[in-house]
Amino acid sequence: MTAMPKWADAVLVPLISLLIAFVISGLVILAIGEDPVAAMKIMVTGALGSTYGWGYTLYYSTNFIFTGLAVSVAFQAGLFNIGGEGQASLGGLGVAVACLFVPWPHWSLALIGAAGMAALFGAAWAAIPAYLQAKRGSHVVITTIMFNYIASALMIYVLVTILRPMGAMDTASARFDPSLKLPRLGDILGLVGIPFNNRNPANISLLIALVACAGVWLLMWRTRLGYQLRAFGKSEKASVYAGINPVRITMYAMLISGGLSGMMAINTVMGEAQRLLLNSVEGAGFIGIAVALMGRSHPVGVLLAAILFGFLYQGGAELALWTTIPRELIIVIQALVILFTGAMDNMVRKPVESLFLMLQKGKA
Amino acid sequence: MDFATLIQILDSSVRLATPLLFACLAGLFSERAGVFDIGLEGKMLAAAFLSASVAAVTGSVWLGVLAGIFASLLLSGIHGLAAITFRGNQLISGVAINFLASGLTVLLGQKWFGLGGRTPPLTGEGRFESITLPFADAIAPLPFIGPIYAELISGHSALVYLGFACVPAAAWLLYRTRFGLRLRAVGENPAAVDTAGVSVVGIRYSAVAICGVLCGLAGAYLALGLAAGFGKEMTAGRGFIALAALIFAKWRPWYALGATMLFGFLEAVGNRFPTIELGPIAIPSQFVQALPYIITVVILAGFIGKARPPRAGGEPYVKER
Repeated sequence: MTAMPKWADAVLVPLISLLIAFVISGLVILAIGEDPVAAMKIMVTGALGSTYGWGYTLYYSTNFIFTGLAVSVAFQAGLFNIGGEGQASLGGLGVAVACLFVPWPHWSLALIGAAGMAALFGAAWAAIPAYLQAKRGSHVVITTIMFNYIASALMIYVLVTILRPMGAMDTASARFDPSLKLPRLGDILGLVGIPFNNRNPANISLLIALVACAGVWLLMWRTRLGYQLRAFGKSEKASVYAGINPVRITMYAMLISGGLSGMMAINTVMGEAQRLLLNSVEGAGFIGIAVALMGRSHPVGVLLAAILFGFLYQGGAELALWTTIPRELIIVIQALVILFTGAMDNMVRKPVESLFLMLQKGKA
Repeated sequence: MDFATLIQILDSSVRLATPLLFACLAGLFSERAGVFDIGLEGKMLAAAFLSASVAAVTGSVWLGVLAGIFASLLLSGIHGLAAITFRGNQLISGVAINFLASGLTVLLGQKWFGLGGRTPPLTGEGRFESITLPFADAIAPLPFIGPIYAELISGHSALVYLGFACVPAAAWLLYRTRFGLRLRAVGENPAAVDTAGVSVVGIRYSAVAICGVLCGLAGAYLALGLAAGFGKEMTAGRGFIALAALIFAKWRPWYALGATMLFGFLEAVGNRFPTIELGPIAIPSQFVQALPYIITVVILAGFIGKARPPRAGGEPYVKER
């Protein structure tokens, strides 16, 4: 059935799925005795009504762009990387090591170094599941889940026994040197004369995330490796027959994916906290799954979906502040988005397809 | 380590292994029928929440168990709808179910009890009491056998014994009944079952439903037996450990018993000895906590025997036209 035009597949179906997810979320809000319309208003004004709100929205979006890209690169190669959470926390460790132990002369050099270390640590954490999938056929979904738990234990160990300064109470590393503070989005926009609130954590990492979007697009659609990744994802048998090495492709896909997840840490660890905290990822690795599904694994889609989730995240925080609705509402919305855009895709797609088929028959 | 300590650790292993055993058998039914289920964690969590809520309100532990099974079945229904009817990606559906449970339990818990996602602590009739097996007191003074019988075997709650009974029951159902044969066949070669005139969809839905009931029991035991009430994210990855045990057990019921006992034992040792000192080297507690996950990866890597999943696992069945 090729009755459906491309735009319907890429835009219409996800939008309808999203609508269903939102309607059900509204019903959930109704069920816990709150007004969904009022809730939506609080979310919109809180997340988008001021440049302060926009700053937080974009700060969260930056995380989700990285993790969303990470999941989508693996998706394109037919691999489901649920390990974004663990890879991002290891990325945080990479940032901390780069910022604590290297005397950087300038923040910009430190940013490049930290981003490299973050990607390296994230990729390294994805390497073992990738190798086991490629060489020994152990399912990457289960191994990456296991590696999330191992990462969390490892991070507790590293923070408590190694990185925590002597005598400090909370499980966190020492503060980075103040000269390593990244420029805030407000400073950058101020240079070109756009007034933007400066009391929010949005920072230069957003620009790096946008560069990453463009980079992933170039990689996937303009290089030989990208073509091989996509071919491998479409049909493993056909691509192996065409001479593509499955071990190599699996490794590349997972290493790139892990690296992108890890790079999320420059936003949270270097851009905001300025030290490595326990659980600095806060579920962003998992939100990457919803973002990639929603964005149809395309960088442009991922970017838009990441902004949507950034809005939901900040809006959810505002809701928790002004109403009795807990922040966990966002997890429910996230679950519904994954369910309808990911698992129950056919529920929307099939009726839309037959609708287009009917329209075509009507014309003929 | 003396004998009494060993008995204590084994006793706690049995209790910690029970939810894993239920969840592992749950996954076994679902995956043997060709439906991957990484939503065990979410179903357990939902079951733990609703069972604790109902037990807290009604004061009846068995009503709590029923409510837990209901919650888990509801999520199983969603999984079935996505994976079987709409032929969606089973892994993605499982992820969605985990998040749905994680969010809804806190949302509803806050709405109903206002305790930040917890349920009120359960007492008396709202909790499972331990059952003292006959002659436990009489045998207890005997050396060696006494403590084993009186402390290790006797004195658990009803669900622990039910869990152990489920193992032979599952083995019988899978290997000795017509339904079991069909269920296994649906996981290996659904087209053959379809050709024989048996509904693939029907068998898969029943398998997913059995999975729901067992996950419900796992969650109910967590909230009503192991703990006294529900706490946010109280499953703490047990659904995934159960999944790991399932792979370790090579999708077989008796092996599942062994695998879950091993993981239960690891958790019990981790609880009893926060740090283990082997001569000059002290093993950090975090390592002991991460051990089940590390072992799983090693097993998955195929270094300890090769685990072969059901052949049609994860693939939606499409009738040829």
